[in-house]
Amino acid sequence: MSVDAATVRRIAHLARIAVSEDEVPHLQGELNAMLAFVEQLSEVNVEGVEPMTSVTPMQMKKRQDVVNDGEIADDIVANAPATEGHFFLVPKVVE
Amino acid sequence: MTDLTSLTLAEARKGLADKTFTSLELTDAHLSAIEKARVLNAFVMETPDQARSMAREADAKIAKGDAGPLAGIPLGIKDLFATKGVRTTACSKILGNFVPTYESTITSQLWRDGAVMLGKLNNDEFAMGSANETSCFGPVGNPWRREGSNTTLVPGGSSGGSASAVAALLCMGATATDTGGSIRQPAAFTATVGIKPTYGRCSRWGIVAFASSLDQAGPIARSVRDSAMLLRSMAGHDPKDTTSVDIAVPDYEASIGKSVKGMKIGIPKEYRLDGMPAEIEKLWSEGAAWLKAAGAELVEVSLPHTKYALPAYYIVAPAEASSNLARYDGVRYGLREQGKTIIEQYENTRARGFGAEVRRRVMIGTYVLSAGYYDAYYLRAQKVRTLIKKDFEDCFAKGVNAILTPATPSAAFGIGEKGGADPVEMYLNDIFTVTVNMAGLPGIAVPSGKDAQGLPLGLQLIGRPFEEETLFSLGEVIEQAAGRFTPARWW
Repeated sequence: MSVDAATVRRIAHLARIAVSEDEVPHLQGELNAMLAFVEQLSEVNVEGVEPMTSVTPMQMKKRQDVVNDGEIADDIVANAPATEGHFFLVPKVVE
Repeated sequence: MTDLTSLTLAEARKGLADKTFTSLELTDAHLSAIEKARVLNAFVMETPDQARSMAREADAKIAKGDAGPLAGIPLGIKDLFATKGVRTTACSKILGNFVPTYESTITSQLWRDGAVMLGKLNNDEFAMGSANETSCFGPVGNPWRREGSNTTLVPGGSSGGSASAVAALLCMGATATDTGGSIRQPAAFTATVGIKPTYGRCSRWGIVAFASSLDQAGPIARSVRDSAMLLRSMAGHDPKDTTSVDIAVPDYEASIGKSVKGMKIGIPKEYRLDGMPAEIEKLWSEGAAWLKAAGAELVEVSLPHTKYALPAYYIVAPAEASSNLARYDGVRYGLREQGKTIIEQYENTRARGFGAEVRRRVMIGTYVLSAGYYDAYYLRAQKVRTLIKKDFEDCFAKGVNAILTPATPSAAFGIGEKGGADPVEMYLNDIFTVTVNMAGLPGIAVPSGKDAQGLPLGLQLIGRPFEEETLFSLGEVIEQAAGRFTPARWW
């Protein structure tokens, strides 16, 4: 399978990465090189094979449903580019 | 007194215990070496004040007789590990001047055991790369050069700063991470020892995530014994990482010097590639002969799905990365590029903040997870991964204790020499190491010889899950036979 220019633009939007028109052909070439490389997986017989979900055979650990962290709002916003009090500031999202 | 930077970690530990020198002297010697080696670009942040204060604390503890196992030992920390109050960037512009308000589990364990932090080490952006060329701080130089040449070579990646700093004697050991070969390949390129432990052995908490089902941290060190000492402090169960395994951490150092007599070592025929340099082929046979001379038994084994590991990796790893890196949105931390709408702000932030390799992988990951392609790519790759793991399980079920392979298909290459036209060319560096991540197994790279141009080459040993001790015992045999290698100083 290979991707066309429209697909490159669609993926970029899904990935939330701005791509300018003149970057598209180059990206298309690189993505297609990667897709051509992974194409060889289609020759593997995977019938009846379970997809891997955990590389170490272990039960998922569960924690007690208790509050063991918190009261660190200052820490949470410490690295934010724009804040007001303990809130993150973003462009208007609701009209 | 000999130059304090030329000691191994084990020798330094003895010198500190015998009061031959102090941690402050040892730390100062390394700080001064770092200053003189800035041309290598191994450190992206030096923390001399913190280092000296930690060294004084260690000296006080040593004097009182309650020193931890790494008391006073100066280390470098890959910039992927969150360090409280010290800028952590994953060498990406998108993290900007991120200063964590918390400490990663692994580094907190190193400080608990008395180690001293010299600074933060360069790496490929978000650990995506095999040459340390994708870092926003620029490439790292390998202390090794081809004989009679002034060309600067890459140290490998993604833990290029870690490997370069350890090889150039700038720190006594370093933390590193390995998603597809990022500990073992740079170790092989710089004649250092690097071990990627079993998935789940070390906590991933506080390490910037790349591909969570493959990421595992480990040390890069000057000797096999040093790597065993470091791993003991780094490993251990952490309730904050649900994939961290609750198994007691053995005293890895005790396995150094243990007999390997009767151990069955597998030589996988699929790792013999067409066009592999004769030197690597020769090194591999030599390594096998050393293990045989130490009493191990060699057997040919087959790992039939080996060739599919790298393509499967380049679906699984980007898919997980695209999901993990979704958090970089310019809202909660790091870089923000303005946009008229929130979507535009995300898109501008991520276009400007991510480098080319990261953008490419996030896009591939997004594509293989998108509606209509998930089954064809991602699901199929996860099935192939099951088959790769089964290859190893079948091999171990036949009584094989460990598998011996070359660590890399070539020695170090020049900056900008590979991957310019086709990204896949760079990816092939990890052809011998990536299988180990796909199967979650432990693997160690040990320096084993040099090529005709005088560049170091390494061998890899792959072990059964949680049998790192076997790797240390076998690695020691190789180190004893091959000797240790130090680059001639040109910086």
